Amino acid sequence: MQYTPVIGLEIHVELNTKTKMFCSCSADYFGKEPNTHTCPVCLGLPGALPFANKEALEKCLMIGLALNCKISKDSYFERKNYFYPDLPKGYQISQYRKPLCIGGSLALHLGGGKLIRINRVHIEEDTGKLFHKKSKTLIDFNRSGVPLVEMVTEPDFKNVDEVVEFAKTFQQIVRDLGASNADMERGDLRLEANVSLREIQKDNLPDYRIELKNINSFRFMQHALEYEIERQRKLLEQGVPLYKETRGWSEEKKESYLQRSKEDAHDYRYFPEPDIPAISFNDSDIERIKAKTPELFSSKSKRLETEYGLTSETAKTLVKQGMAGYFEEAVKEGEGLDPKAIANAIVNKRQSTELSPGEFTGKLREVTGKQETSMGDLEIAVLSVIKHNEKAVGDYKNGKESVIQFLVGEIMRETKGKAVIDKVLKILLEKLND
Amino acid sequence: MVKTSGIDVKKVAKLGNLPLSADEERIYTDQLSKVLDYVELLDRADTKNVEPTYNPTESRNSLREDSVKPSLSQEDALSNSPKNTDGFIVTKGVFGEEQ
Ligand SMILES: [Zn+2]
Repeated sequence: MQYTPVIGLEIHVELNTKTKMFCSCSADYFGKEPNTHTCPVCLGLPGALPFANKEALEKCLMIGLALNCKISKDSYFERKNYFYPDLPKGYQISQYRKPLCIGGSLALHLGGGKLIRINRVHIEEDTGKLFHKKSKTLIDFNRSGVPLVEMVTEPDFKNVDEVVEFAKTFQQIVRDLGASNADMERGDLRLEANVSLREIQKDNLPDYRIELKNINSFRFMQHALEYEIERQRKLLEQGVPLYKETRGWSEEKKESYLQRSKEDAHDYRYFPEPDIPAISFNDSDIERIKAKTPELFSSKSKRLETEYGLTSETAKTLVKQGMAGYFEEAVKEGEGLDPKAIANAIVNKRQSTELSPGEFTGKLREVTGKQETSMGDLEIAVLSVIKHNEKAVGDYKNGKESVIQFLVGEIMRETKGKAVIDKVLKILLEKLND
Repeated sequence: MVKTSGIDVKKVAKLGNLPLSADEERIYTDQLSKVLDYVELLDRADTKNVEPTYNPTESRNSLREDSVKPSLSQEDALSNSPKNTDGFIVTKGVFGEEQ
């Protein structure tokens, strides 16, 4: 029997709002004295009333829009009831039947631009933090009530690489949006995966699924998924039936372990939160939020490519280095200079970018002189290759002339073979003998 | 619709983390069944032309701005808790994972 993995992803991301989701306590809890960021609302004291954070809702909506979701015109909160000491009220205020954002999608690069469907993006509150000691548990409620966005995909992933690409893209998106720091080590971003194996000949989804929790990094997720797929394959091949269960991942032992059988959704006894009125964003609200949504990494680098004729690699590097704004400023200041040359100079750190964009282009102009811009490009490439190949340059200066060929090759690579060899040689020798 | 005769008190007790003796199970099965029977009277109401609602007010988007207000002091926050240590609330050991 041949099997293929069926994987869905659930990502929780803590928002970076100043205050908590339902009270005005500071949400900046990391590393603070325990139980110093609490109030009757986030301690779950009797009679306390939740008051929803507008900024948090808007950030959730931005994430939904970035994932091409439909924004629900009629959304509300619900109580998810369960019993655990991290939850002082005995329920978590979450969303269930009417999440804020529904039915989106995100395209991967893998699988030829494969679309991963998004089931929902909703908002809820984080729980307190527990520290398990030998015979007791310590509770810090500073994190209780911090805004948390939950994103759930459909089970559309067919392999681990797709999952990793999606998770990294999602992290980039929430960072671009300024919605979360999405730092996994701090627990801002938490991954859960549902994994099962489907017989390759059958179309229907498997009748079980294993939920993997406690995954603290992208690398661990990769290990956990690879392990889990193999574990299930072996069991199925031996004819052992699999059931719905939750498993944790131990990176130390490099194995997953059983946590508990998963409660059915109705065990949480969801019901509408009567203390918070409904949420409805109309079209003009949505337009207003769209207008203040920062440009995403992917669309920003695409725009730099088309607007300035940059290669996709250069454009991506600029955005990754956080230099896109600097670059666009420099292009404005450096009239007459080729944007490509400016971009290359920034990416290759040819001038210090501590300078203001105006000073930067001024320096660049000095280097490139009054030559044609294409000449400027070539010169920049030559200088870059000289700078990055100190050893070869040293060899040349010690009389080993054969390295010239190597350096020319490097320059041709840098200019993507567009330069004329004679010109390359001329400029290279000029610079080397300078 | 909830089948009152079939109320599973064991399960309800488990979800509420309540240890019940066999006697208590019998008592609560009886009591809870009566409560549910009473609530079931609502089924007689004709709701054919009534829109579903989940909140008694028509109010919408009751939202607040994202600005920090002072929290309770640690001392106040811990004052209702019977056992504390180093600023933490102490509870019986719970093993198993966090939600
Ligand atoms: Zn609070």
